[in-house]
Amino acid sequence: MIKAILIFNNHGKPRLSKFYEHYSEDTEQQIIRETFHLVSKRDENVCNFLEGGMLIGGSDNKLIYRHYATLYFVFCVDSSESELGILDLIQVFVETLDKCFENVCELDLIFHVDKVHHILSEMVMGGMVLETNMNEIITHVDAQNKMEKSEVRAASEARVLSIIILI
Amino acid sequence: MPAVSKGDGMRGLAVFISDIRNCKSKEAEIKRINKELANIRSKFKGDKALDGYSKKKYVCKLLFIFLLGHDIDFGHMEAVNLLSSNKYTEKQIGYLFISVLVNSNSELIRLINNGIKNDLSSRNPTFMCLALHCIANVGSREMAEAFAGEIPRILVAGDTMDSVKQSAALCLLRLYKTSPDLVLMGEWTSRVVHLLNDQHMGVVTAAISLITCLSQKNPDEFKTCVSLAVSRLSRIVSSASTDLQDYTYYFVPAPWLSCKLLRLLQCYPPPEDGAVKGRLVECLETILNKAQEPPKSKKVQHSNAKNAILFEAIALIIHYDSEPNLLVRACNQLGQFLQHRETNLRYLALESMCTLASSEFSHEAVKTHIETVINALKTERDVSVRQRAADLLYAMCDRSNAKQIVAEMLSYLETADYSIREEMVLKVAILAEKYAVDYSWYVDTILNLIRIAGDYVSEEVWYRVIQIVINRDDVQGYAAKTVFEALQAPACHENMVKVGGYILGEFGNLIAGDPRSSPLVQFNLLHSKFHLCSVPTRALLLSAYIKFINLFPETKSTIQEVLRSDSQIRNSDVELQQRAVEYLKLSSIASTDVLATVLEEMPPFPERESSILAKLKKKKGPGAVSSTEQEDGKREGGELNGGGERGADSTIAASNASTPSPSADLLGLRSSGPVSAAPPSAGSLLVDVFSEAGPAAPAAAVNDDGFLRDLEPPTESSDSLLAEGPGDSDSAPPSVVSEDPAPPMPQSDELLHKFVCKSNGVLFENQLLQIGVKSEYRQNLGRMYLFYGNKTSVQFVSFSTSVTYTGELQSQLNVQTKPVEPLVEGGAQVQQVINIECLTDFSDAPLLNIKFRYGGALQNLTLKLPVTVNKFFQPTEMVSHDFFQRWKQLSQPQQEAQKIFKASHGMDKEVLKGKLLGLGMALLENVDPNPENFVCAGVIQTKAQQVGCLLRLEPNAQAQSGEQMYRLTLRSSKDTVSKRLCDLLAEQF
Repeated sequence: MIKAILIFNNHGKPRLSKFYEHYSEDTEQQIIRETFHLVSKRDENVCNFLEGGMLIGGSDNKLIYRHYATLYFVFCVDSSESELGILDLIQVFVETLDKCFENVCELDLIFHVDKVHHILSEMVMGGMVLETNMNEIITHVDAQNKMEKSEVRAASEARVLSIIILI
Repeated sequence: MPAVSKGDGMRGLAVFISDIRNCKSKEAEIKRINKELANIRSKFKGDKALDGYSKKKYVCKLLFIFLLGHDIDFGHMEAVNLLSSNKYTEKQIGYLFISVLVNSNSELIRLINNGIKNDLSSRNPTFMCLALHCIANVGSREMAEAFAGEIPRILVAGDTMDSVKQSAALCLLRLYKTSPDLVLMGEWTSRVVHLLNDQHMGVVTAAISLITCLSQKNPDEFKTCVSLAVSRLSRIVSSASTDLQDYTYYFVPAPWLSCKLLRLLQCYPPPEDGAVKGRLVECLETILNKAQEPPKSKKVQHSNAKNAILFEAIALIIHYDSEPNLLVRACNQLGQFLQHRETNLRYLALESMCTLASSEFSHEAVKTHIETVINALKTERDVSVRQRAADLLYAMCDRSNAKQIVAEMLSYLETADYSIREEMVLKVAILAEKYAVDYSWYVDTILNLIRIAGDYVSEEVWYRVIQIVINRDDVQGYAAKTVFEALQAPACHENMVKVGGYILGEFGNLIAGDPRSSPLVQFNLLHSKFHLCSVPTRALLLSAYIKFINLFPETKSTIQEVLRSDSQIRNSDVELQQRAVEYLKLSSIASTDVLATVLEEMPPFPERESSILAKLKKKKGPGAVSSTEQEDGKREGGELNGGGERGADSTIAASNASTPSPSADLLGLRSSGPVSAAPPSAGSLLVDVFSEAGPAAPAAAVNDDGFLRDLEPPTESSDSLLAEGPGDSDSAPPSVVSEDPAPPMPQSDELLHKFVCKSNGVLFENQLLQIGVKSEYRQNLGRMYLFYGNKTSVQFVSFSTSVTYTGELQSQLNVQTKPVEPLVEGGAQVQQVINIECLTDFSDAPLLNIKFRYGGALQNLTLKLPVTVNKFFQPTEMVSHDFFQRWKQLSQPQQEAQKIFKASHGMDKEVLKGKLLGLGMALLENVDPNPENFVCAGVIQTKAQQVGCLLRLEPNAQAQSGEQMYRLTLRSSKDTVSKRLCDLLAEQF
């Protein structure tokens, strides 16, 4: 299973953290720091897998990561997952973000944390993979956006209406 | 158009985030955050009701603050309000907040559950999915209690939307993982398996995770998934790259699902149905063939996906370990990858080959790659890859290549990363010992190890070299010479000083003939290191010095001078000072004879599994060291020896004392051979420092109060105990294995008798399984730890145990067991705790039934639980007069039980004493007028009553028949007790 999904930038600033096992808030922050420490000191072009840090369960767990421009995407998984499979999953996640945000960049993740969480929750649920088909994921996200928009429009219309009444 | 529209977000939120990002310092950021928190708090507390939009905005801000690493302790209520809203946007944020910031406040959970319940019954698929996500994220027990019944229904209902089905499958999986007892198998289970046939690949993807987990725990119930998985896999593998449309990833059809299908199959032995098996073998061959085809795309994603499937296929082939043809193909494929330009593939190939090395069909094939692997160890840029190479070298090592591999690992150690040095040291030490043909090579290797990586040499390693040197006469002289040379280096590691001090103290005489290493030279060399060492090492050196006085009387005055100096005799460290004082006194008053006896050479250590192996296992977790290695260790390591550390103090004590102590058999459970194999002279007194390192971690110290304290109120266990109340445990075996428990094994009585006089040891052992026992009793309560060790490299599935006691026993004993994990990995050990309450005296023993599947075959065995009435003895001390007075009081014929029998184990007085002590009664000295006789007294504590017992054992070494005979008499206030004890004891002597 996937124990945690972490995204942080080249300076270790977390941009997304999603834990599928319970840790205290303190431990979560320490895990993020430890993971950043482990991953960031690695050269480019080395392999994408390494043993997990002590906090997240040591050598029974693997960190599988990819480095895109300013961001690290790290999945911490146990031995029941295929390393290359997870690597593909990261790719699907990033391609999906890219489609949803149109050329995704770090700022998108900062200002739309909630959206990133929603996209992620269409792929992974409770540490298990829910869907790997990008088109399917995007369809769901689109549907949600439509609902959101219609609600926003309804809300603004209501506001206009109440102003008119006040006048 | 981008799917996420950026314009209609929340302005306040964006402003806040920008503010934070513009903060120049950490302090400024914290200040800004605190201001915002205060603002939100006041908004939430304010009189004015907030509209949904503001609540949403503030909750979003809180989420952002949380991500930055700040505690959020409010806002939960607002989030619950949001998730109960009818608006999708509000509901979504509410659920997100709850999922990220779980709070176990029960009031809150009740409200959240309410919201979830409404959404689950809303028939709105989006709302249902949100609710299911929330359950899967939180996964608390309260939620499991509320929804574990509902979710399976949603999952298999005919009219459920695909996306909801997907979420329901994973939600159920999560609940099953956190609260397996609440997810009841039922009619839905068979229908879940058929989700493997579902039209929608997304449903299959989600369902397969659920099915895999359920199969691991209940393999029999889900057996049908094997053929379904094979046919699904075969359809995917044989499909063209365009057939599966969206599920084709960079020209590879459904790679994720294929991997998961291959993983699921690894939960089972090879299919028995010939047709299914044929189809599967065909699939595996196709996958291997595809690896050789030219790639359909140059993109790395294409080869990743293809190889992900390939590696899983190879893992399955290794798991089956039955198709030599496929195994060799797999090995060749991995061999190609070893030299691939992709680092990831080299890494994975090394890792897979490690498991392949333990298969007998492919061990030789793996060995052919040794040069490549050594090269990887030397040249890989990435430490993770180098570590895998080191692991593989360790796995492929055998007698034929041990010297080469050990030499390579040693030379690699000089430059190895700090993070892996300790593990490398352990591995070198183990290989050196395991494959040592000539022990001078072994000594050289370990000393080199200390020289190169002294800081990483743990105590186990240097204890071990000393144990081996002491047990092997042929290497002692060489060892003394080698350490002497090593110590000449101007800077040598403290561990080297320890080994040197110990070995020269014992065997310095063997090299004293050479004037270059005369006694005084040896002493001066050791003493030159003294001041640089830590206190424990200095203490060890002082002991070495006193041994020198015995070995070489000519050094006596020099050494006494040293001991007498202020820096020793007035040392501020109590331990050092005491040693100096005592050794000085000993050397001046004791005669040479006494000195020679006290400081005699160490006796050999009892044989035992290497504690280094145990340490490595602990470090790497169960399963890391394959059981074949452990067996090898036992077989080839006939010369392996004891695991006890002996500080210099016990060195002296050990030479003096020879009383067997009752704690003698606190053995590490994996030690080879029966307990009694340990020579009773010295080994039994050794402090068992390794019991921590051994698999049986809770060393049952005989008078450990803490241990018993938590035995009395079994509070934490009360929950799980309900399942198996006192009376009904025999009617409700905890597992699903349907076969009836086997009848007790023929030798079960004999095994039971082994444990009458001892409480720890190996209860049972065969090719597959070892069962160890540790137990502890106080008053009428007992706690027993059973350790089930899997001796094979294959996992046991459906592992279950049950304790049954029928008939009379039901009113005599109350036995409570905690269930064990149904899966025992190869080489791993699981522990089970059994609580026993003695209600009244009893004669029979409860039955312990163990069932598991090994490679598909059901193993079913029944033993007797080693609990006998004497375990509840409380010893009673009394003087001669009292004893015979009571003896006379118990003179009615039915109160006495007597047996006259032949001695079956000799008549060694110390052995008899040890056994009687182990029985639990007080052994009374100077009570019986005949000093050859033994008398004991004790009270059996049961819940209903206390039963006083007296025992008299009269050995007759020269009976008329010329045989050694015993007369055993038991008297107690209860006839059944006298009878039972007499029967039990007659088997002991």
